[in-house]
Amino acid sequence: MAEPAIRPLVQVRGLSKVFGDNPLVAMERIGQGHSKDQILEQTGQTVGLNTIDLDIQAGEIFVIMGLSGSGKSTLIRHFNRLIEPTQGQITVDGTDVMTLSEKQLEQFRRHKMSMVFQHFGLLPHRTVIENVGYGLMVQGIEKSERRKKAGAWLDAVGLDGYEERYPAQLSGGQQQRVGLARALCTDADILLMDEAFSALDPLIRSEMQDQLIALQDRLHKTIIFITHDLDEALRLGDHIAILKDGLISQVGRPVDILLRPADAYVEAFVRDVNRARVLTADVVMQPPSCRLTNENLEEALRQMRGEEKDYGYLFKEDNFRGIVSRRAIEAEISKSGLKVDLIQLLEKPMSVHPGASLEKILPTTLGHPYPIPVVTDDGDFQGVVSQKDVISALTETRG
Amino acid sequence: MAAARPDTPYEMEMVMAVENWLTTFPEMERADLIAIRKALDAGYRAFSRSYGDLIESLFDPLLYFLVWFEKLLLSTPWWLVILIVVGLVYGASRSPKLLVGVAVSLLLIGYFGMWENTMRTLSIITVCTILSITLGIPIGIMMARSDRTQAVVTPVLDIMQTMPAFVYLIPVVMLLGIGKVPGVIAVVIYAIPPVIRLTNLGIRLVDKEVLEASMAFGATRRQRLWGVQMPLAMPTIMAGINQTIMMALAMVVIASMIGVKGLGQPVLKSITNQYFTMGLFNGLAIVTLAIIFDRVSQAYARRTQRHLQGNAHG
Repeated sequence: MAEPAIRPLVQVRGLSKVFGDNPLVAMERIGQGHSKDQILEQTGQTVGLNTIDLDIQAGEIFVIMGLSGSGKSTLIRHFNRLIEPTQGQITVDGTDVMTLSEKQLEQFRRHKMSMVFQHFGLLPHRTVIENVGYGLMVQGIEKSERRKKAGAWLDAVGLDGYEERYPAQLSGGQQQRVGLARALCTDADILLMDEAFSALDPLIRSEMQDQLIALQDRLHKTIIFITHDLDEALRLGDHIAILKDGLISQVGRPVDILLRPADAYVEAFVRDVNRARVLTADVVMQPPSCRLTNENLEEALRQMRGEEKDYGYLFKEDNFRGIVSRRAIEAEISKSGLKVDLIQLLEKPMSVHPGASLEKILPTTLGHPYPIPVVTDDGDFQGVVSQKDVISALTETRG
Repeated sequence: MAAARPDTPYEMEMVMAVENWLTTFPEMERADLIAIRKALDAGYRAFSRSYGDLIESLFDPLLYFLVWFEKLLLSTPWWLVILIVVGLVYGASRSPKLLVGVAVSLLLIGYFGMWENTMRTLSIITVCTILSITLGIPIGIMMARSDRTQAVVTPVLDIMQTMPAFVYLIPVVMLLGIGKVPGVIAVVIYAIPPVIRLTNLGIRLVDKEVLEASMAFGATRRQRLWGVQMPLAMPTIMAGINQTIMMALAMVVIASMIGVKGLGQPVLKSITNQYFTMGLFNGLAIVTLAIIFDRVSQAYARRTQRHLQGNAHG
């Protein structure tokens, strides 16, 4: 799949961050290719980020994933310069973030980027509606307009009726919805989400993920999402960057990460992933093996015998019509000769959606003898999934 | 042993000198010490002679305010004062029990003939508290903003809190004489450290993520201070204000030694004349004032911070 050659919305080039009193010494050693541990031992400086390069496209969910200490929270705080880098450049929509003055930076944070925090970061002394409107208040927008807009976003995250509550009166999931509404309320194009769902219990977390996906389908924001949870990364991310010790291990689509891990570290990571939940039908599907275009029974039978297949997939003018089994044709021929049209023998088969997870389609493929057609909502035929395809995708270790 | 015995008078002298140095502290010469004392005392005396009037006149507005406020409290009819105090108590705490307690204790104070002194003490404590808060909170904010300021101010606060009050009364009295203003200065020096310390602490303890959130939405320094840091530090700052009031009340007796009128003076008289009951009654009046201030400020703090606890979680 070739990416369109448009300019990425966010570009990170050579970004490094060293924590300590003498970062330049550490930068020198980074240049010589020393590792984070070596540099800490030799100079006492902690390398947070090590020459990071990233391209983030407009409208995608870009997940940065890593374990604690990998530098992911440090990295996300560079996008809006809550942390100053030691070296490197970040360009957002053509603006070099590093050159902004304090005033310009305030404007940039108000209008270009907003942020959602792991522990919500809500103002405990303000009501829910005031929290949602906080970004607008900072911009000096008057109260009535603030309340109107904040109220609309509160509705959008499903918290209408909670306007006058205080954050401490809400559950964790509700508080994070307030956090999300607050971030959306400023209409910024870019949303930074720092482990936004990590503090929530698993059920609420997956609810929130669903809600984020639903909102994103409507809003098409550019979302930079930090997590330590690979399942979450695979579920949300259009692209995933895996960070280890301040270095990028791999950047790619979820399927690339899962099926073609770049190194042993990533491989160890993806080993425990529940592939059945992550891989989808369109990843494992194959073109149909026996594609019938002729409605003549004998012709069809000959083709199926030739390819040694028990089922054929009938197409008419490139539209998928249905499945026919060899046994049904043979029975029909012996019973009544060649009088019947092939169309009448068609079985209306089960079909699955290309985005369906293997977990969902596994019972269907096991329950039917033929490979299941993969069909979009519009009725577009994409391919077929057989039991064998599914099982080999679930068991193979490297693609 | 024999070899160690000194043989000549010179050696003898040396040994004695060493023994002397080991057993008694090598003090500086008495004359030198007296010279140092004289120089410092004379220097400060000269300073207070030439600048005393000027500095005193700087404090004139404070003096006028003190006198005016005391007169106001004294000339207001007692029942009106009780009504106002009780009104403030109820407004701050919304507690009928506290209201009744305060009213009864004020009536008792008046009945035992301590009304005027109590009003004088109330007036000076109120002024000292207002002064401590208006000076202390900005200093605390500056400390919270810069580690260097904190490193400089902290030892000064330590000295202010541990140096016996009598010691810093001396230069204040030398400079400003005896009266209300030096009394207020002494009380403020003693009472201001808690509000400074706890303002600093409160701001530093504000949840980092909340502060980051306000930065991430483009809040200016001022918006962060007044919209996030101060409100979130308020419970801690209120605890500091409460401590400041308590310490100011504790200074009432010492302040009375330099001519501050009020409940402290009868206590002082009781000590010198061994009037046990008089001392006890006036002491109890001070305690009553302390309890009123303490309960009211704490109830107010609790009431304004109630939403920080999730009491309606569900």
